[in-house]
Amino acid sequence: MEVTNAKYINAVTTDKIVAIHATVDGKETFVPLDPANRHYAEIMRQVEAGELIIEPADEE
Amino acid sequence: MANPINLATLFREQIGGRRNLIINGAMQVWQRGTSATGVGSGSGTYETADRWKFILDPATTVDSYQQAFTLGQTDVPGEPEFYLESDVTASTGASTYYILAQHIEDVRSLAGQTATLSFWAKSSVGGNKVGIEFNQSFGGGSTRVTSVARDSVTLSTSWQKFSVTVDISSISGKTIGATSNSYLELYLWCSAGTDFDFRSSETGLQTGQFDFALIQLELGETATPFEHRSYGEELALCQRYYEIVGMTVTTVGQFDNAVSYAVTKRATPTLSVFSGSLAGATVLGMPNNPVGQIRQQTNSTGASDVAIQANAEL
Repeated sequence: MEVTNAKYINAVTTDKIVAIHATVDGKETFVPLDPANRHYAEIMRQVEAGELIIEPADEE
Repeated sequence: MANPINLATLFREQIGGRRNLIINGAMQVWQRGTSATGVGSGSGTYETADRWKFILDPATTVDSYQQAFTLGQTDVPGEPEFYLESDVTASTGASTYYILAQHIEDVRSLAGQTATLSFWAKSSVGGNKVGIEFNQSFGGGSTRVTSVARDSVTLSTSWQKFSVTVDISSISGKTIGATSNSYLELYLWCSAGTDFDFRSSETGLQTGQFDFALIQLELGETATPFEHRSYGEELALCQRYYEIVGMTVTTVGQFDNAVSYAVTKRATPTLSVFSGSLAGATVLGMPNNPVGQIRQQTNSTGASDVAIQANAEL
């Protein structure tokens, strides 16, 4: 799974991080912070392996 | 005289209810599309028939297609509508492979029991083998165990029904992770370099067309007739893992603009555009409470119809 341009996004209503906006296998993708989600699990694996950095969310 | 009821069989095997643990074994549901070339990049992809995953290395090339049976054909009984074709055009090297896989939710499935896999298959190259392997993945708990059961069959150029009975390993002493994504995994090895001789039951490097239909995995030592389910039933089963939802993103739609899923997802799904455009909007996959929604998170630059794929595959 090729993941690039990963960036956290906040919920507009709560200003709390709710998802990761990334390009996954060439597609714009919104990945929830759910450990049972296979994309999230793979992104976290790549982060832990030092293969991927997730940019912080934009500040309002 | 009617056949007598075999009490031993009654108590050992499942005789009613939902027998087939495979979802979309009849290849009825194709939400993503009916053809794809160069499938299976990375750690495996879902690209044509729902629930069927293509797993292969970069040196192997596979295309996948929906193919229709001719009405009235008698090669494969029961008038199935479609079969899944995959064409392997390149496969060389000891570490190369092509696997058609299905992840069966919950590693408890068939654990410690005898199970029978049956399917119809043929190949453009007579003598091509299919290696059958079952693996158990514990969703962040115990380490994944491969080859808990395995076997192989040899295909011909004509449709044949194959039946393989295996003993699936017990999961006694194992732990299942807290993430609800454990599974029993069916691997159909269609090509395998020598690095995978054991796991693939010496399938070997192969090319050609591999066709599969009416795949069934059930409890017990006997392959019973294929369990036909209606399209609606099968679609709902598939939508637990993948669904395409239409919505219109708007310039003033945030917060209130949401569309519910038809079916509660296995996990909070990943969202991406299937067709159309988000026009700069961002969307969120909301948790399953009770069904879950896709919600527009930020305004778009203009109203736009978009089909969003919600993916909660294993």
